[in-house]
Amino acid sequence: MADAPKLVNITVNGKKTTAPAGTLLIEACKQIGIEVPSFCYYPGLSLQGACRMCLVEIEKMPKLQTACTTPVAEGMVVNTESEKVVQSRKAMLEIVLANHPLDCPVCDAGGECELQDMTYTYGAAESKFIDIKSHRDEQQWSPVVFFDRPRCILCYRCVRVCGEGMDVWALGVQNRGQGSVIAPNKQDHLECEECGMCIDICPVGALTSGSYRYKTRPWEMNHVGTVCTHCGDGCLTTVGVRRSDTGMEIVRCDNRDKSGINGDFLCVKGRYAFDFAANQERITQPLIKRDGKFVPATWTQAIELVADKFKQVVQKDGPQAIGVIGSNRTTNEENYLLQKFARLVLGTNNIDHHRTADFPAFAKAISENKARTASMRDVFEAPAVLLIGNDPTEQHPLLAWQIRNNVRLHRSKFYIVNSQAIKLRRQATQFVQIPTGAEARFVDFLSGNDAAAGTLTQAGASNENLSQLRDALKGEQNLVVIFGSELRGADISALVKFAAPQNAKFICLGDYANSRGAADMGLFPDLLPGYATFAGAARYQQEWGADVPALVGMDLKQMFGAARDGKLKALYVVGSNPVSRYALDPFVLQAPFVVVQDMFMTETAIAADVILPAAFAYEKSGTFTSTCGDLQMLRKAGDVVSVKSDFEIVVRIAEKMGYDVRKLVPFGKGLRADMGQSRGAQSGEADRHSVWLQARGLEPKVSPFDPLATLDEIQRLIPGYDVSQINLVSGNDEHTQLVQIQNASIPSHPELVVPSNDTLFTSGTLGRYSTVLNSVMERRATGKEVAAD
Amino acid sequence: MAYLVSHPDEVKVISSRFGKGAADIDRYLELDGYKAVQMALQMGSEAVINEVKASNLRGRGGAGFPTGMKWSFVPKESAKPKYVLCNGDESEPGTCKDRLIFEHDPHAVIEGAMIAAIAVNAHKAYIYIRGEYRYLLEIMQKSIADVYARGFAGKNIFGSGYDLDVYWHGGAGAYEVGEESALMESLEGKRGVPRIRPPFPAVVGLWGGPTVINNAETLASVPHIIMMGGQKYADIGTPKNGGTRLFCLSGHLEKPGVYELPMGYNLKKMIYEVGGGISNGRKLKAVVPGGSSTPVLTADEIDIAMDFDSVAKAGSMLGSGGVVVIDDATCIVKFALRTMQFYRHESCGWCIPCREGTDWLNKTLTRFHAGGGLAKDIDNIRYLAENMLGRTFCPLGDAAAMPTIGFVKKFREEFEAHLEGKPCPFEKHGAISQLPVMSH
Ligand SMILES: Cc1cc2nc3c(=O)[nH]c(=O)nc-3n(C[C@H](O)[C@H](O)[C@H](O)COP(=O)(O)O)c2cc1C
Ligand code: SF4
Ligand code: SF4
Ligand code: SF4
Ligand code: FES
Repeated sequence: MADAPKLVNITVNGKKTTAPAGTLLIEACKQIGIEVPSFCYYPGLSLQGACRMCLVEIEKMPKLQTACTTPVAEGMVVNTESEKVVQSRKAMLEIVLANHPLDCPVCDAGGECELQDMTYTYGAAESKFIDIKSHRDEQQWSPVVFFDRPRCILCYRCVRVCGEGMDVWALGVQNRGQGSVIAPNKQDHLECEECGMCIDICPVGALTSGSYRYKTRPWEMNHVGTVCTHCGDGCLTTVGVRRSDTGMEIVRCDNRDKSGINGDFLCVKGRYAFDFAANQERITQPLIKRDGKFVPATWTQAIELVADKFKQVVQKDGPQAIGVIGSNRTTNEENYLLQKFARLVLGTNNIDHHRTADFPAFAKAISENKARTASMRDVFEAPAVLLIGNDPTEQHPLLAWQIRNNVRLHRSKFYIVNSQAIKLRRQATQFVQIPTGAEARFVDFLSGNDAAAGTLTQAGASNENLSQLRDALKGEQNLVVIFGSELRGADISALVKFAAPQNAKFICLGDYANSRGAADMGLFPDLLPGYATFAGAARYQQEWGADVPALVGMDLKQMFGAARDGKLKALYVVGSNPVSRYALDPFVLQAPFVVVQDMFMTETAIAADVILPAAFAYEKSGTFTSTCGDLQMLRKAGDVVSVKSDFEIVVRIAEKMGYDVRKLVPFGKGLRADMGQSRGAQSGEADRHSVWLQARGLEPKVSPFDPLATLDEIQRLIPGYDVSQINLVSGNDEHTQLVQIQNASIPSHPELVVPSNDTLFTSGTLGRYSTVLNSVMERRATGKEVAAD
Repeated sequence: MAYLVSHPDEVKVISSRFGKGAADIDRYLELDGYKAVQMALQMGSEAVINEVKASNLRGRGGAGFPTGMKWSFVPKESAKPKYVLCNGDESEPGTCKDRLIFEHDPHAVIEGAMIAAIAVNAHKAYIYIRGEYRYLLEIMQKSIADVYARGFAGKNIFGSGYDLDVYWHGGAGAYEVGEESALMESLEGKRGVPRIRPPFPAVVGLWGGPTVINNAETLASVPHIIMMGGQKYADIGTPKNGGTRLFCLSGHLEKPGVYELPMGYNLKKMIYEVGGGISNGRKLKAVVPGGSSTPVLTADEIDIAMDFDSVAKAGSMLGSGGVVVIDDATCIVKFALRTMQFYRHESCGWCIPCREGTDWLNKTLTRFHAGGGLAKDIDNIRYLAENMLGRTFCPLGDAAAMPTIGFVKKFREEFEAHLEGKPCPFEKHGAISQLPVMSH
């Protein structure tokens, strides 16, 4: 590590302070609570000095200086509020407003516009200028991006975030002088990643989004911070919702408060593909199949029917005749509850989910080697990153952003081994292209099998490249190793074994928002939560006060096989579409009683006897575990009439089946157990405890539908999950460490791993119901080459 | 080919080869060409810099920075290659001297650039020529080809063991690209907008390497300095303002043209004797002494020495040597408008005060001159210009603001004479009946 830069002494507005040499003056001022106004300055992007808003007075310099480009120097004496500075700022605003259309009353940015705020704080109320303003009509550049030239103040943030941040370079500046205009580099349209970063970063309303423009005023919305529902990276997002006649309408998603692991980043899915929630085809009523046709039913009817049937099957055919398939998109609490429901209420280990990565093998490899997993934050800070397989630009946009910006801002090293010339190679220190499917052989080569090199060279890499890479990797301390679902089973162990001695940390890439959570919560026929084998069932049985069925259950494919053979009598599918994902024969679902909890009439739902309309991520609370193992809290943005969270549905079914829901959801227990010392209160001071809870936004868990009660249990039981709940509730990420799992006999089933193969513009089954994603893809299909590469 | 003028007061140094066919390399050699560069190779870097320091040569591009000192700022050791850049983007209204050098004595520029390269130990020199000067670019291309053919450039020049490549580059037609950092962007193939400074070019310039950038006339002076010795050159001018410079006399003069006069030559004399006095027997109203960016001088402010320090003392700038003479039949408002049209057109658009300020000044002055002026406009014009001054990203904003402030300050009564529907006193047309509508 380089030595910390030395501190220099500066004086700002009479306040003495110190800052590391090289710090920009604007940042040094921020440190001591002095705001220097700025438009073009944006932390993490290149410096411009273009807007001249940040001019300040520095002693011994005759002219005003831009605080955004001036590094602090020893003895610098600065005045940010002198008469000259204040006057200059005011004039600068007058000048920028001279040609501004002042259409604030209808502008999307109204109320959250930096130009408005700046004018309010520093500006003049009157205009001296009477000549006619220049005008240009607005333009649509893509389904997502609209541009209103007159509002643009040419701060170049959009150009930079697209180029430097996204490495897409779709935007540029055309013409000169007053004619200067931001324009797509492909003449009149964008061929880009449609991330909307440019729109989001625009300080004014010049760039607006197709899905939000002219829809609402910012103050009409409720702003709820939660976790993105799409890929496994776990971006925080602020959902803007307003009331509608169906409960709530989501109007936009962004992360303008720069909270969480993603800062202001969101990809096209996170930013725009919330629209499936309002799709006309969404199922909003329980449906029961009668004579081959779905007919609407009440919740009471539907739950009663499901509970009766499940009970019947368990009693008549035994627990082995019923199977449960969980979801990659439901919360940890729901997944945990679901496996508990299968094991305790139904009495079966027949539970599985769509596996997109071999997390059991990963858990085993990590615990065997006492290695650690890397968080999303680590990816931005690691001195070196190795990526084997996967294409993060398409499948893990935040991960790609973190890597890119780590390389750009910290000059980290970045090694890629891939069968395709993926876009991230442009940031790579070394890119080694290997044949398709050769990832495991590459690991073999890393582990010392030089003979494997021979089978790796057909795609462009030479023996020399390979050896060079291996040597380079051996020299990298604190490396972060990231790999895709190409690596499974023992290959993961070999990789972890290779890099662990260098203090490496690891990330196993799975698809969907909570695939890691589904695995961690034990949606497996042969594993309990925390990858515990049945041999380690004791602590769960103790907690649950019930026995875990002894028999290893059926996996997802086996369940379909059993259905075909007439042995499976009932199937409960929660938020999953196995028929499509595993290309299974829906016909085999005719015989068993099939219950599907979903939002849409999927290929699996069509085969159901009962469909229960489910809420999705933004309509409920709970936690997600990102693919890196970062645990984060979901906050409910609002209710949609007549749909229920999966959590509530499961609890209701159990209750109808006559099960004591207190055993399922420790809702009373959580509260009682929390009282007293464990949370810092003295005995006999229950009042203080509830004050304490309230102060932290926590509620005593008194409802069986409160997932936080289950979070308590998860945190107690699952290794690595004993993180700060306060931090979680405050919206922060907490990394869970798999290394706490000590179990060398975790079974792995590489053959059950089916990656989603999503692109930047698809998102499993849900994505098909997003109008934005569809329109973007439609345009691409009819349009030209992808600008992104 | 431009028509050459002359006057007995001229001291011909830079122009000594003008009209003598020196664009031909053989002719240039006959006229002592490429001797100075060989001397420089003998002298070595430090001696060359000292000679140029002794000459009191100051940059002819406009700012008048001492050339020898500029060269001495270039670090001796550099991990990145060093460069010498000749600024031949000459686009300032009123300034038209570099074109004569490129036309009549292109090898002097090449030789000067080579000497600068030797002085800072650079091995590459670029000669950047204004886009509109196509015909001069052709002359330069041929000159460089000739230099290579003789083995004066490339590997081991003049058998000295020193490698030095010389390249030409044409602009794409932007005044702003004459600004040194914008020129580097342009040369690197990017949009011609200036760079943040510091770092200055001497440390981080072209492609990140230490770079000396000098005006074409500055560089063309250098071989003469080496030949005659720095002290002798310095003695021609006034203290701290060595040598001669090409003054471009234009406007309402009997004998306009480019004259080479010693630094410090009296402006009044320059107008009435060298330039032959005001044409058509009219009276002098004002003079723009150093190109369109420099503040105007009134008729009674012209008894001054034309060197950097004296003109600065008089409240203007010597600039790039473009002396624009304005007679009493000229409308200053219209002159201000014409000047602003230029800057509005040439603002690169990068920074808010210059982009918006020049545009708005242009709009206001257009309306104003057409008779739609309001009393408060006069103060607004000055207010806008004063708020651009010293606050833009590069000096182009200043270049637009300074003269504007000067016009309002010194000729306020002419502005007032245009107010509220009054016709321009200098033009025959009547008052306009409605405000003009700007279209863009
Ligand atoms: C807007 C602007 C335009 C300029 N145009 C020219 C030009 O055309 N030629 C030139 O030599 N210098 C021009 N300059 C000055 C250069 O930035 C630079 O100071 C000069 O090339 C340095 O050379 P010198 O030291 O030999 O004068 C311009 C400066 C500005 C701000
Ligand atoms: S990729 Fe497209 S949407 Fe994203 S910043 Fe660039 S232009 Fe904007
Ligand atoms: S569109 Fe917005 S972000 Fe882009 S330059 Fe204009 S104001 Fe800045
Ligand atoms: S002052 Fe600003 S807009 Fe004007 S030319 Fe310089 S950088 Fe460009
Ligand atoms: S913030 Fe400093 S110039 Fe824009």
